[in-house]
Amino acid sequence: MTALSRKLARELWKLKGQIISIALVVATGIMTVVTMRGSYDSLVDAQQSYYRQTRFADVWAPLKRAPDTLRDRIQTLPGVAAVDTRVTLFATLDLPGLDAPAQARLVSLPEHGRPALNDIRIRSGRYLAPGAASEVLISENFAAARSLRPGDSLRAVINGRARDLDIVGIAISPEHTYAVPPGALYPDDKRYGILWMSRKVLGPAYNMDGAFNEALVALSPDANPQAVLSRINSLLDTYGGLGAYLRKDQPSHQILQSELDSNKVMGTAIPAVFLGVAAFLLNLVLSRLIATQRTEIAVLKAFGYRNREVGLHYLLFAMAAVVVGAVVGAGAGIMLGRAYVNFYGEYFDFPSLGYHLSPLLLAIAILVSVIAAGGGALMAVRRAVALAPAEAMRPEPPARFKPGWLERSGLVRWLPSSGRMVLRNMQRKPVQSLLSSLGVAFSVAILVIGLFMFDGVQFMMDLQFRVIQREDLSASFDEPRTASARHDFQNLAGVTRVEPYRSAPARLISGPLAQETAIQGLEPEGRLRRIVSDTGGVHPVPVEGVVLSAILADKLRVRVGDRLDVQILEGRRRTARIPVAGVVHDFLGVSAYMSREALQRLVGGPELISGAYLSVTNDELGAVKRTMKKLPAVAGVASPGTMLASFQSQLADSLFIAVAFLLGFACVIAVAVIYNGARISLSERGRELASLRVMGFRRREVSVLLLGEQALITLLAIPLGWTLGYGLSFLVTSAMQSDTYRIPFIVSARTYAISAAIIIAAAAASAALVHRRINNLDLISVLKTRE
Amino acid sequence: MNQSTAAPVLSARALSKTYRMGEVTVRALRDVDLELRAGELLVLLGASGSGKSTLLNILGGLDVATSGTVQYREHRLDQFDGDGLTEYRREHVGFVFQFYNLIPSLTARENVALVTDIASDAMSPDEALALVGLESRLDHFPSQLSGGEQQRVAIARAVAKRPDLLFCDEPTGALDAQTGKLVLNVLDKVNRDTGTTIAIITHNAAIGGLGDTVLRMSSGEIVERNTNKQRASVDDIQW
Repeated sequence: MTALSRKLARELWKLKGQIISIALVVATGIMTVVTMRGSYDSLVDAQQSYYRQTRFADVWAPLKRAPDTLRDRIQTLPGVAAVDTRVTLFATLDLPGLDAPAQARLVSLPEHGRPALNDIRIRSGRYLAPGAASEVLISENFAAARSLRPGDSLRAVINGRARDLDIVGIAISPEHTYAVPPGALYPDDKRYGILWMSRKVLGPAYNMDGAFNEALVALSPDANPQAVLSRINSLLDTYGGLGAYLRKDQPSHQILQSELDSNKVMGTAIPAVFLGVAAFLLNLVLSRLIATQRTEIAVLKAFGYRNREVGLHYLLFAMAAVVVGAVVGAGAGIMLGRAYVNFYGEYFDFPSLGYHLSPLLLAIAILVSVIAAGGGALMAVRRAVALAPAEAMRPEPPARFKPGWLERSGLVRWLPSSGRMVLRNMQRKPVQSLLSSLGVAFSVAILVIGLFMFDGVQFMMDLQFRVIQREDLSASFDEPRTASARHDFQNLAGVTRVEPYRSAPARLISGPLAQETAIQGLEPEGRLRRIVSDTGGVHPVPVEGVVLSAILADKLRVRVGDRLDVQILEGRRRTARIPVAGVVHDFLGVSAYMSREALQRLVGGPELISGAYLSVTNDELGAVKRTMKKLPAVAGVASPGTMLASFQSQLADSLFIAVAFLLGFACVIAVAVIYNGARISLSERGRELASLRVMGFRRREVSVLLLGEQALITLLAIPLGWTLGYGLSFLVTSAMQSDTYRIPFIVSARTYAISAAIIIAAAAASAALVHRRINNLDLISVLKTRE
Repeated sequence: MNQSTAAPVLSARALSKTYRMGEVTVRALRDVDLELRAGELLVLLGASGSGKSTLLNILGGLDVATSGTVQYREHRLDQFDGDGLTEYRREHVGFVFQFYNLIPSLTARENVALVTDIASDAMSPDEALALVGLESRLDHFPSQLSGGEQQRVAIARAVAKRPDLLFCDEPTGALDAQTGKLVLNVLDKVNRDTGTTIAIITHNAAIGGLGDTVLRMSSGEIVERNTNKQRASVDDIQW
């Protein structure tokens, strides 16, 4: 071991506090990438392999009823690689222990063999036995939520008739990774599940013998999806086609994809920002740390050490921190990534979800750290070796003090001498002060990024559940009912208000652009459900025309005043040309609203309603739910309270966990940077401070000089960091916008306050540590060894 | 030894050095001529600010002159770039500084090893430390050594690579008289035993008696040159 290596080892040990804090910055940068991006990659891998294994369809084509023979005609359409047909319907489940009825989607499976498309995977139990009429498979999440096992039975109301079913197996399917009840926003596994039954049984039970009401299509690789879609639509038009849609519009896939997309941001933009900030701070801290070694560098040079030997020595010094950081970061990142993916495992139902880290990803993260650290170290060494050793061995020449803005402003007269020294010192080294401030500011900024996501979710939840959904209950019918059905609700004890609504599937057409959606018909004077924008503003329900979500309007390239062709996809399937009465900026971006009356005129026929929003007194809420469970026409009952709870326990969990990770990372970086900054300032100015002590300055006065400067740097950094954080958060939000929803960009005062408080606490803790060192300054040896 | 007939190891002609200190231009050296012969012990006297450290730094390859030439054997140092000067210091020069400049994180032995690690024909650190009488303090850190001991470690570090030239900048400047003499004895011994050419700069005129040649500098110029027929013994000098 050479003497130089020993020097390296001893100095690393001596500076272990600083090395550890630098290593933590590196570790955090790498950890963010390894955890977040690694998890994202693993999720996407699992999704893709799941889709492949189950032959997940590319196109869904729901329709009223078509004979089985139509299957061959679909098969012959250009661009179609494979077709499967099935029967699917909604049913009410009678389950003990629930006030509101549970709902199930029944999906048919072939009696022999497996479906050509949208296969399922059996998790426990077995597949349906041929000819066994009462056998059913149930979705895993529903089974878990209701503690149902193979061997248990349940009662379903199918097409108005109650039927006892025997559970023989538990299954999952990519189609229902995310099982959202109709009319709800999030899965509600206690109240909604998927039941698979034999086509032989389900078909006759739903008057679909020899017929189907949904076709699934796999596209050939060279197919033009839109062209295939229109061919299928025109073929199915005569059979009551409800509008075929592509996989990207399939609800479970869409939500999964949105989740993955937001994860992509969590796994791409945020780690990039964190790694970038970590790299910047690493560079800054190492270059300052090595700059304090100016004299030793000169001594090594005086003995004839070559520049590259000196450079290598300090490069190794920097790399020690990077290696420790990389090992810790990769190790902890993989562990956190596993935990993170495990968490998603419960949420997403992927059969083969496991955390896989791509070596390339890790290599990139480490390489960025190595370059940042090496760059910082070498830059400082370069500056030191550029000087002739004789010059570098002398202490830096006294800085040139000239009267600056401080003196000219006259402010100086009002300051105590310690205040003057603090301000003059910063004025003398404006670049260094600015860089130090920038370092702390970036720490503030990543705290803001970590925190602002809570703000957005909080805002969305408040808006959704306190401003938009003001009903106590919403009830949806299994199919549109006559308007008089509202009276059934009105007469229930405790119901104080009933607002019926109409919902109709429709295709909105603007020139060559078309989009399927459900048009919501609301009461113009409604109080329970209104059209609400993302800022909480209420948009009036138009007397004529349709109000579109901004994202939907963009997709169709229409503005207020333009006219749209609307084709209703039920009943008489009428088409009309109606004006766009308004565009509303909301978060879930595919809504279309009309007044219930206008929608009724458009659909034609007798006045029908799809369901109603209800105000119910608190005392009677339970009783009303129980009563509704017994109404055969009611397919679903939802209350904002239970939806909020399910939202918080599911979607919010995933975001909160991600944000909690980020916040932890941000805190580590902030504390490490501030502690290092204070330590380096102390070594840069130790001699000066010791001289002041010799001259009779008290410990406290000397501390004020050093810590006063740190305090000022921190205070300057906070508003700068807020600004940086705001900008970076905006970029992150922009990167998170998807086709179907937007994340609100809100940075609350609380976020600013918390980020500043964390930074101030970190600064105070660092100050306390550094203060101890100031108290222990060795006055004699400092003055003895140099002039 | 007859230095006057020996070939010059190092010679400087018309050396000048000017540098800027803030807004003031300082002429640290003005047209200095100098020769150092093999085995010679040169003492350079002068008050602080007389330019002696500047001269030593240029001769030692730690700094470069503004004008003039420096010749080391057949090489022109003034034409060397930074790398050339590094190689010159690495192969041929040892330094002793007033404030020792030991690496605080290394023991006495390791501080010497720092130099022997990169020298081609070095003595062992133990041997070098024995030469300065510190064989019993090999594993002490600088902070555990007295000033005189630290300076002797610095001398051991400088001579361990068997340099052609040993430059000492105020080697006794930070030491009391008793310890200073100990250090001077070591330098005298190194010069006599190993034939190393030594240049010592000091503001202490009494040390002049130790040298073969004594130069006095003032305001960046050599104002006096003396040759001692008989070098004094360290024990004879008083300050």
